[in-house]
Amino acid sequence: MTNVRIAGVGLTKFGSHPERTGRDLFAEAALAAREDAGVSRDDYEEIFYGNFMGELAEKQGHQGPVMAEAAGLDCPATRYEQACASAGVAFRQAVATIRSGAADVVLAGGMERMNNLGTAEVTQSLAIAADELFEVRAGVTFPGAYALMARAYFDAFGGDSEDLAHIAVKNHANAMQNDYAQFHREITVDDALESPVVADPLSLYDACPITDGASAVVLVSDDYAERHGLDAPVSVTGSGQGGDKAALQDRPHLARTPAATKAADAAYADAGIGPDDVDVAEVHDCFTIAEVLALESLGLYDHGEGVGAAARGETTRDGDLPVNLSGGLKAKGHPVGATGTAQVVEMTKLLRGDHGNSDAVPDARVGVTHNAGGTVASAVVHVLEVDR
Amino acid sequence: MTDTGYDEWLAAIADGEGYYLACPDGHGSLPPRRSCPHCGAAELTEEPLPATGEVLTFTEVHVPAPNFADEAPYVTAVASFGPVRLTGVVRDLPADEVDLGTTVSVGVGENATTDERLVVFRPASE
Ligand SMILES: [Zn+2]
Repeated sequence: MTNVRIAGVGLTKFGSHPERTGRDLFAEAALAAREDAGVSRDDYEEIFYGNFMGELAEKQGHQGPVMAEAAGLDCPATRYEQACASAGVAFRQAVATIRSGAADVVLAGGMERMNNLGTAEVTQSLAIAADELFEVRAGVTFPGAYALMARAYFDAFGGDSEDLAHIAVKNHANAMQNDYAQFHREITVDDALESPVVADPLSLYDACPITDGASAVVLVSDDYAERHGLDAPVSVTGSGQGGDKAALQDRPHLARTPAATKAADAAYADAGIGPDDVDVAEVHDCFTIAEVLALESLGLYDHGEGVGAAARGETTRDGDLPVNLSGGLKAKGHPVGATGTAQVVEMTKLLRGDHGNSDAVPDARVGVTHNAGGTVASAVVHVLEVDR
Repeated sequence: MTDTGYDEWLAAIADGEGYYLACPDGHGSLPPRRSCPHCGAAELTEEPLPATGEVLTFTEVHVPAPNFADEAPYVTAVASFGPVRLTGVVRDLPADEVDLGTTVSVGVGENATTDERLVVFRPASE
């Protein structure tokens, strides 16, 4: 099977850009990735693109060809929609395409434009990732759904809001060194605990912000990288995806995310590694409790142990297993359909040594990215390894 | 808008004749459904929904979506009714009196913002 290498990565600054069109955002990220890769325009064979709510935000369906044009490329382009895991599944398809031998050079990425909608409409738009008949009509918002999981977690395993606050504090601190992050502002545990309640037990600082942004990754086969003398030390060695019932009410356990466990197990088996081999992780912390569920599903912590990891200093910058050195969705921002590949961009830079936080993981060889859709009815996990 | 299967189910709950779908193995699910989500069996029968359920988790939503603008703050809960679980809005019970394990009955109410019918939990008379 062909080894897949990451030849180039690109991001826009994440933040509030209500005046910038989606095509403008994606163009910036894609051109940055193309420049980083140094691959001839004619060699791009396919584009895999993630977007969640383009019909609502910009009245634009059929975004594939629009974004190919924006990226300055002339090749087939397909949009993948899987809620917050949209770019994760797009990336997974890109990896599969190169592995199959069907292409040597592809671009994977994603974009979301959200701030032009306003908070109320964004809340409504995000809610469509939940089950419309059985959750949305019963008042379940996106934060509300994670609040249901957080309360179930506290009940089943313990932990409290203060544990979650430490996760927010950690991710804000990590974002200070990331030029592309939405927030460059350290917060304290008290700040987090005193922020307004959104859906109890979650408050404002448990939640990721509303973000505009785009991300892109150029993937090439080993053979292509060698023939063209590309500097591409990071490989994608494992890929996995898992699914679950759409509605929380239909799952046997409300404080676990088995879709992510399935995705992780598959990605680890694919890469021939286990959780003990992971040096650094970028996980889907759309809410602080989501980081906990991710760490436990990835097998990095036992059920019930993940909630205290940040408070104990284990997943902080100086800990044994730094998590979300990018700032995570919490502080880096969460342009929904761009997040999956943004995690890959951040991890690639961390492993290559050109990230603002690379000095926290100078010897890291194995990184894992975890991207979740909805309340983890979908999950995609990738293993990245760097030549050392 | 009509949602065949779901609308009839809500109407039945409103009439105090709520039901769920059961497969031959006893798995429960909710309509509209043509096969059991747990085992794939296609032979589903309507069974009476238990009269009361137990709150498994809940949240008081302070920041609503526009379709719940006139309801906030409101409590949404997931409650277990025998072989199935339902998600609904809790009414006639103050938020600070809702807890895990609280016994509720299920009915149908109206969304104050949209006039749409919705699943409502109320404290069960013990
Ligand atoms: Zn069954």
